[in-house]
Amino acid sequence: MTIDRRTVLASGAALGLLTACGSNTGRDGDGSDGKGPKLSQWYHQYGEAGTEQAVKRYAEAYDKADVSVQWRPGNYDEQTAAALLTKSGPDVFEVNGPTLDQIQGGQVLDLTDLLDGVKDDFNQAVLAPKTYDGRNWAIPQVVDMQLLYYRKSLLADAGRTPPTSLDELVDTAKELTTKKVKGLFLGNDGGAGALGGTPLYAAGLSLVTDEGEVGFDDPAAARALAQLRALYEDRSLLLGAPSDWSDPSAFTQGLTAMQWSGLWALPAVEKALGDDFGVAAFPAAAPGAEPAVPVGAYGSAVSARSAHKQEAKDFVRWLWVEKTGYQRDFALSYGFHIPARLSLAKKADVLTEGPAADAVRFSTGHGYAEPLLWTPASRVAYQDALSRIIKSGANPESELRSVVRKVSAELDRVKKKSS
Amino acid sequence: MRRRERLWRRLAGPQNRNLWFWVFVGPFALGLVVFTYVPLGWSVYLSFFDAHNTVSPTDFVGFDNYTSMLRNDAFTDSLWTFVVFTAFIVPTTFVLSLSLALMVNRMRRAQAFLRSVFFLPAACSYVVAALIWKMSIFNGVRFGLANTVLGWFGAEQTAWLSTTDPPWYWLVIVTVRLWLQAGFYMILFLAGLQRISPTLYEAAAVDGARPGWQVLRHITLPQLRTTSVAVTLLLVINAFQAFDEFYNLLSDARGYPPYARPPLVYLYYTALGQGQNLGLGSAGAVLLALIIAVVAIGQARWFGLGRKED
Repeated sequence: MTIDRRTVLASGAALGLLTACGSNTGRDGDGSDGKGPKLSQWYHQYGEAGTEQAVKRYAEAYDKADVSVQWRPGNYDEQTAAALLTKSGPDVFEVNGPTLDQIQGGQVLDLTDLLDGVKDDFNQAVLAPKTYDGRNWAIPQVVDMQLLYYRKSLLADAGRTPPTSLDELVDTAKELTTKKVKGLFLGNDGGAGALGGTPLYAAGLSLVTDEGEVGFDDPAAARALAQLRALYEDRSLLLGAPSDWSDPSAFTQGLTAMQWSGLWALPAVEKALGDDFGVAAFPAAAPGAEPAVPVGAYGSAVSARSAHKQEAKDFVRWLWVEKTGYQRDFALSYGFHIPARLSLAKKADVLTEGPAADAVRFSTGHGYAEPLLWTPASRVAYQDALSRIIKSGANPESELRSVVRKVSAELDRVKKKSS
Repeated sequence: MRRRERLWRRLAGPQNRNLWFWVFVGPFALGLVVFTYVPLGWSVYLSFFDAHNTVSPTDFVGFDNYTSMLRNDAFTDSLWTFVVFTAFIVPTTFVLSLSLALMVNRMRRAQAFLRSVFFLPAACSYVVAALIWKMSIFNGVRFGLANTVLGWFGAEQTAWLSTTDPPWYWLVIVTVRLWLQAGFYMILFLAGLQRISPTLYEAAAVDGARPGWQVLRHITLPQLRTTSVAVTLLLVINAFQAFDEFYNLLSDARGYPPYARPPLVYLYYTALGQGQNLGLGSAGAVLLALIIAVVAIGQARWFGLGRKED
């Protein structure tokens, strides 16, 4: 047979086409090593060293399925939201939710039976947003919270004490601002994203009431948000830092005297500053109101499109309900989180002293979790308004009126869907 | 049997030309249909449904998604962002790339070197360039390059991407795009300049035209007309597609600020972000496509694109 140029090119094209048509999701069929079906488990990329190896070790130890862990950098929540539309998404995945639309859309499985007998041992504040219609849609893995870090020495030099009211926070930030160091870092957007609903809770309000109505249709909300504008106008806020609020670098590098960040940052702050720091809740924003700290939890959920639903649920039960040793290791050995199980949190020595103990006290005394009815559309509308109030000096009353209208419409939509 | 052979021969064409045409073009045509036309059609279909977190919806809502998108302040603001961006970036890139081309074209030495130097940024990814601009040059702390330089003159540090009054973020967005694309358009203008016959300049000189502005206005620019039309059209299309540098400069883990949010970024968050409102996002995409089509047709008519004398 003569092989000419055309034959070679045509064969190449045909081969290319065949290759392009192939697909390998890496999980269909039975496992080749006799461990049962293949399951794909997704995690978002944790910053703490060792976490990835740890979750792979847990997966390897499971003997009833061949679990492959995918460690996914980038916009994880958006990746999973899109992947749930397809069959090539994960079987088991951690989720900062699930959202109400994901639950109502039947994208995640009901995991209520996994919590039989142990439901009361889970932190109820973070379990509540994963509960809809009396059923649980994800198993909380660890509790995370945000709080205010402050540099003790800088406050002492300025003759200030940790702020206990929003007015004091504004004054202290202004006092601590110098040419080289800013008073407060709430994120490069001035706090719109990181703070979210925290100033409203610190003003004695809420995002959504227990009755499912807008929780901040109140003049106190506008007053609290106007105070955030004061911080911006005073030039007390650090803006444009190389890393954002979730990373403590700006605080540890001395760019700011106070920073809003997460509990996960505590080991890094301790390593950099020793005992020259303290933590506080977001101070009360109205007379008679309490301070506030947001708490939340990534939960483990099962995709409704999984080819091995029961096996995936069994794995979630094994890892996040039965294997308490792994849960403790995951929460405390790498980053710094509060175990989602109350019994484990009580036994964690590292949470009983110093700033960590303060943080736990804030989370139990002043913690709030974003309600399930606070949908992404409501969050975007509120954050946009908050950004305009802080940075552009928009009128808080009129901005909030517009947000209340949008959130009411959104609440009507999701309630209509559930009825 | 013979009839079948005849049919096959007719389909295959003389010397199997039709057959070879489809062997080479077919896979790409198939890709175009599967990855472009089917999603486009599906998107139009989704735009008439309530499609939260689903691509196979059942709740038909007619034009509701379109009306709510048009009443949505965030969407109309994003269209204004695009208009402001286009109004600025198209003429500045045009003037800068033409100036560079004129300069490089006149150089006797190091022409090839400078051409490469100016073109090189075009090979850089928008994402990488945006991150360099954001983290090294225009970060808001004292050790950012721009703030360090300004600090030598006693200026206060500026939060370039977080300051809305004045809107310094536009400076960052525009400079990164200028750096990335001016070299590419310079090459197009250079090709156009090298196509102009030297006899035209000689004739102009004989007629007493002064070198410089007079020659540029009456000889060079008219001769560059077709290149200029193509460059303008490409610039406007590129401005419509603005996403990468906006997203990487201004977004963070919690979202995107309400300012400088072009339509593609807004639609990304609506349809593909956590919002997952694919019906509303599709309606926005259809509206945007219609706007782009109207602008492109209007621009083509304005420039007389495709007229016989071109």
